Amino acid sequence: MTALDVIKIRQEFPALDQTVHGKPLVYLDNAATSQKPKAVLDALAQYYERDNANVHRGIHELSRRATVAYEDARTKVAQWINAPDTDELVWTRGTTEAINLITIAWGLDNVGEGDEILISTMEHHSNIIPWQLLTRRTGAVLRYIEMDSQGRLILDDLPSLLSDRTKIVALGHVSNALGTVNPIKEIAAAAHEVGALVVIDGAQGVVHTKVDVQDLGVDFYAFSGHKMCGPTGIGALWARKDLLESMSPYQGGGEMIHFVGRDESTWAKVPHKFEAGTPNIAGAIALGAAVDFLGDIGMDAIAAHERELLAYAIEQVGAIEGVRIYGPESLDERSAVLSFTLGDAHPHDISTILDSEGIAVRAGHHCAQLVMKHFGVAATAWASFYLYNTREEVDALVEGLDKVRDIFG
Amino acid sequence: METPQLSSLYQQLILEHYRNPRNKAELDEKTVEIHMANPVCGDEIRLQLRIEGDQIAEAKFIGQGCSISQASISMMTAKLQGASLSDADALAKRFTALMHGDADAAKDKSLGDLRALEGVSKFPVRIKCALIGFDALQEALKKHASEGPH
Repeated sequence: MTALDVIKIRQEFPALDQTVHGKPLVYLDNAATSQKPKAVLDALAQYYERDNANVHRGIHELSRRATVAYEDARTKVAQWINAPDTDELVWTRGTTEAINLITIAWGLDNVGEGDEILISTMEHHSNIIPWQLLTRRTGAVLRYIEMDSQGRLILDDLPSLLSDRTKIVALGHVSNALGTVNPIKEIAAAAHEVGALVVIDGAQGVVHTKVDVQDLGVDFYAFSGHKMCGPTGIGALWARKDLLESMSPYQGGGEMIHFVGRDESTWAKVPHKFEAGTPNIAGAIALGAAVDFLGDIGMDAIAAHERELLAYAIEQVGAIEGVRIYGPESLDERSAVLSFTLGDAHPHDISTILDSEGIAVRAGHHCAQLVMKHFGVAATAWASFYLYNTREEVDALVEGLDKVRDIFG
Repeated sequence: METPQLSSLYQQLILEHYRNPRNKAELDEKTVEIHMANPVCGDEIRLQLRIEGDQIAEAKFIGQGCSISQASISMMTAKLQGASLSDADALAKRFTALMHGDADAAKDKSLGDLRALEGVSKFPVRIKCALIGFDALQEALKKHASEGPH
């Protein structure tokens, strides 16, 4: 395995080359959104400057170019997660819309009173609220897999939580708040034994691991582009083709129809059945460029780099007096997110002090209030690493935290 | 934009109130209570007042949050004990003006310890932290006025 040439990689990200409050930017808020490489920015510009036209409906040259680029991007992203068929990839606004699509287009027709949806207390709100809305509409029951003291799912409870009433098991691949990597393959096998479908919130999963939806053995995989070098406002839902074909449309409008009558209409083939209206064409094309960019570097090399940085950060930040780190102790069970608190300094104060040093971290509940409740804190601070981060930036974080201690110590 | 100084934000008086908040307790004989939360950051308070006639006889709070929010509420409740309703309302408006950079408010000695929070106005994303208690106070005064005296 070749080590990453981080200096060269950083030159590809224009936003990293700036000072904030007079200090070089140290961007450690990657789990919220990543910075974008030139290849992605160029793809956006190329589309709007040269190829801008609507897709799938024009005969003219620009429309042809736009359609080809848009569908090529679908192929790239489908292959990126090893989908068996390109038609199984539905473009969405992001992970949130993808999960909402499942709850509407599959859930409303297949979930009824007394049925059960199984999620966990580790979930991002995007994988809680859509299910709450569905259970409220259908009379189904929402059940939870709990976490242990290290923020790992308690899988021993699984046999008692799964039954023939379980319709869906919906879990995050990787926790945004803790970094925990869940054993999806094992859980999916158990869910399928009772006839439940498996939905994975892959918003953090696609960022840190090479995702293979066939190997994971899941039924739905939802993810966003903006955390993996792509633009905001584009993401995808992958689902098995037989499921997509059996599902009702999600939204009605142009692009998703076959024939339209006064009272009845027929739908376009999947995936277009789920893509009403003019899509985010530029976003999809640019996400294709992001996948090419990441593919050239290699996900194994990126994962190895992140793991090395995380190990160093846990060692350095963990050595600071008063620091408490949340999440699994074993590096094998976590990804590049470091969630922590420091003495009685509130995470918002930590973030303000670090910001004055040019260091961007997130502070708050990270859209995971059930996780915060589990650990008995209102908020944590969180530094998350990506392919362009360096050991020197971890050192800057440690120095910044010393400053927090000077003020709050 | 000029970089604001951290020292103007984290003054000793603020940290002292954060560590030893005044009037942080349940008020048994409250006549009005307002719950206010900032879902973005998790700051949360319950402001409790005992209003007698046109006077705040007692003010207490329960809450959690960052140093700025907690210090601001602590200082606010210290000023509210025995204050008239109109003085309390004026205080809330004056402090809000201070947070929005009003130069006159910054010189206003009637704000007392609260002037230590002036530096917050230079940190736009933190202004809402300093105002959560005063927003609750204004809500409480409105609620009291609409429900009438007890």
